[in-house]
Amino acid sequence: MFDNLQLLIEFPAVTLDVVLNGLLIGAIFALAAYGMALVWGVLNIVNVVQGELVVLGGYITFVAVQWGLPPLLGLPLSAVVMYGVGWLIYRGVIFRVVDRDIFISILATFGLSILIQQLANLVFGAEVRSVDAGFGSLHFLDGMVSLAAVKIAAFVLALGAGAALWFFLRKARLGQAIRATAQNPRAARILGIDTDRVFAATYGLNAALCGAAGSLAVMAWTIQPYMGLPYTIRSFMVVVVAGVGNVGGVVAAALGLGALENVAGFVLGVEFQIAFVFALMVLILVWRNIRAARQRSYLE
Amino acid sequence: MSALLEVRNVTKRFGGVVANSNISLRVEKGEIAGLIGPNGSGKSTLFGCIAGAHAVDEGEVFFEGAPIKHLRTAPIARLGLVRTYQQTRIYGAMSCMENMAISAREAQGGLLSLLRPVPPATSRRAEDLLAFVGLHEKREEKAARLSFGQQKLLEFAMALMNEPKLLLLDEPTAGINPTLINGLIDRLRRANSELGVTLLVIEHNMRVIMNLAQRITCLAHGQVLAEGTPDDVRDDARVLDAYLGVA
Amino acid sequence: MSRLSDWHIMGALALTGIAGPLLFPAFAAQFAFLWLMVTFALTWDILGGRMGYNSFGNIVFFGIGCYAAAVIQRDMGLPYFEGLALGLAAGVVLAVLAAVLLGSALLGIRGHYFAIATLGLAVASGEIAAGWRYVGAGSGMALPLYPGALGERELFFTWSLLAVAALCFLFCRFLYSTRFGLALNAIRDDHDKADAMGLRTTPIKIFAWCVSAFFLALSGGLAANMIGFIDPRDVAFAGATFGVWMVLMAILGGKGTLWGPVLGAIVFHITQEIFWTYLLGWQRVALGALIVVIVVFFPQGIMGWWAEWRARREAA
Repeated sequence: MFDNLQLLIEFPAVTLDVVLNGLLIGAIFALAAYGMALVWGVLNIVNVVQGELVVLGGYITFVAVQWGLPPLLGLPLSAVVMYGVGWLIYRGVIFRVVDRDIFISILATFGLSILIQQLANLVFGAEVRSVDAGFGSLHFLDGMVSLAAVKIAAFVLALGAGAALWFFLRKARLGQAIRATAQNPRAARILGIDTDRVFAATYGLNAALCGAAGSLAVMAWTIQPYMGLPYTIRSFMVVVVAGVGNVGGVVAAALGLGALENVAGFVLGVEFQIAFVFALMVLILVWRNIRAARQRSYLE
Repeated sequence: MSALLEVRNVTKRFGGVVANSNISLRVEKGEIAGLIGPNGSGKSTLFGCIAGAHAVDEGEVFFEGAPIKHLRTAPIARLGLVRTYQQTRIYGAMSCMENMAISAREAQGGLLSLLRPVPPATSRRAEDLLAFVGLHEKREEKAARLSFGQQKLLEFAMALMNEPKLLLLDEPTAGINPTLINGLIDRLRRANSELGVTLLVIEHNMRVIMNLAQRITCLAHGQVLAEGTPDDVRDDARVLDAYLGVA
Repeated sequence: MSRLSDWHIMGALALTGIAGPLLFPAFAAQFAFLWLMVTFALTWDILGGRMGYNSFGNIVFFGIGCYAAAVIQRDMGLPYFEGLALGLAAGVVLAVLAAVLLGSALLGIRGHYFAIATLGLAVASGEIAAGWRYVGAGSGMALPLYPGALGERELFFTWSLLAVAALCFLFCRFLYSTRFGLALNAIRDDHDKADAMGLRTTPIKIFAWCVSAFFLALSGGLAANMIGFIDPRDVAFAGATFGVWMVLMAILGGKGTLWGPVLGAIVFHITQEIFWTYLLGWQRVALGALIVVIVVFFPQGIMGWWAEWRARREAA
């Protein structure tokens, strides 16, 4: 089982390849995690359907490419369509659970995740899908390190989207309204902010970020109807580690997670990669709780 | 008389804020002691430090002569040091009788002792104590449906059910109907004299605390400002300044 | 509900459970699954309804029960019933041990962090089983054939699952009548207050999870033998079906009540059996929609709705 660990130690170039590829994938996690942090901070909801929004975004790009659209145009298309999907989900379900017990929102979004996952399975089938963006790969160190150009593009685009989000939240009127609502919804309402509209826009924005992440995932990696929950857990983990209002921390944690996950998949075998993600999340929560307990507090 | 509780040079910081600074305080066995001070002077924080809710940064807390700083709330309660809360904490979805039954001292035992129905003696005691605070008629009512003042009384009765040696009461008269306050003072005195419970009481109502306590400590800005009999404290110019904000 | 009518309902259910599969042998498997669902809902409610700890991870104990029985029956070379008995015992011991260990690590966490942590636990367990060759990895494990006649096999599992559900119900009923039940409620209503009153909350919480684990492991070993095959993700650690159904049935019936989980399980199972076949592949989509609808519009459950209705009628 640990033969591959030996390999990593003996050939630093292999290690570099595994870590770099992981880091690039981590940028996609960062996009989904921004969205989760946004919804968590503003609506006070843990959005368990997050991963399914990513997968849906991927299918939109997949279908668009089948219809003859260039892959890179799939990214804005996925984001725009998913904004609409997010708005619909908010108007249909989320607004009814926003100010209720947090377990109600967890269970409701969990139900939505099963719903979307099964719909995707019926419509698109259970096969693993991907889109060839046609960019080829870059090779370094005599071909020991190879990076798909589309992954590098995904990395740049994801970081660009993060920066754009940061500016949007600080400069745009809606962004400021979102931040005000996150700090104190009641005060925001008194000041004349339509918090319901802000919630809807925030959730839509989250879905758009997920859509973009899914579009990049289908080009740089693969998607499949049942791949949603791991994205939810990754986003959750990243936000727990980085904190809700910390865009820079989210990027760092997501990239770290991408690298760590890829190394773990390489060492333990790909069949244990998902198990690693979920177990890591549990361990992080336990560790955080032990630290809190030392301060005579707890994780809630 | 020996000190039941001794707080020695306790300091508690939250981040950069010093909530309690070098506080020392003694409560003698059998007395009723008062703790006063303007809002934000660190009274409730001090309760938290004594009862184990906060980790004390510096200093030491002794209960019956033994250090308790390292203990959490539950073991401290089992030693016989129980507190109530300013915002009143009761078990909302349970009836008053159930609230009382699970607050009994024997409920602190191990798992095996919990795997039994509530003994009749405990139920009788619970009824007596509910009658003592005037909630007997409400005994089958869900605790969350009581008024704030009634919840305060229920919390007091639950604390007595726990048979503490020392009871820390955080503003027992806040939210209580003014016409009932004299009755409550009488009950606090009877808990002290008849049930043998030593009391340390945080109170904003000056009339109440001057009537009730034998000794009063006044905090301001997280420090002990004055200490003495009610008359001493009332006549202390610094206490007056602290309350009127002249300091 | 008065004590008398309590026993009446229990008697009627037991009679249905014993006589039903004899009168309608074709439905024996449905009866068996019904009792499994009742156990699921009851064991979930110990933490979720009574203690306020909403767990998505209880399925782990069921899975441990499945795999322990399968491994013992495969490797020990015992005759069927001896193997089954030893397998069930091993499953129970392992599951309770797991509940103690996991409980010590996780039960300090509260609120939605606990819910998500247990969700992670459930998925991680399924994925580990699906990658672990000793337990058949992704292709699962087959269990030995029941030695008796075909009809007899169905009756054996239906009745033994009924016995587990009945034991579980009676034990919960006993627990809730003791101070332990009050302690669970106290932890649910105000954990900090329970600590401040000197309750030994940590052992109380761990013991509650152990009770869940005990009955889930027992039903897991039996269910695995009845189904004859365990798939890591779709049977043993089936978080997306059994794992969510537990929560859903308890909420549907009314969480934190004695009869709510039983009622929820019966209503859910019957609805599922009647309508599922008409949904032609859309069952799981419908399940997702059902979760959303129940949680959003009917969180008080049937028992809660009934209590509200009675209160309104008394007020009128």
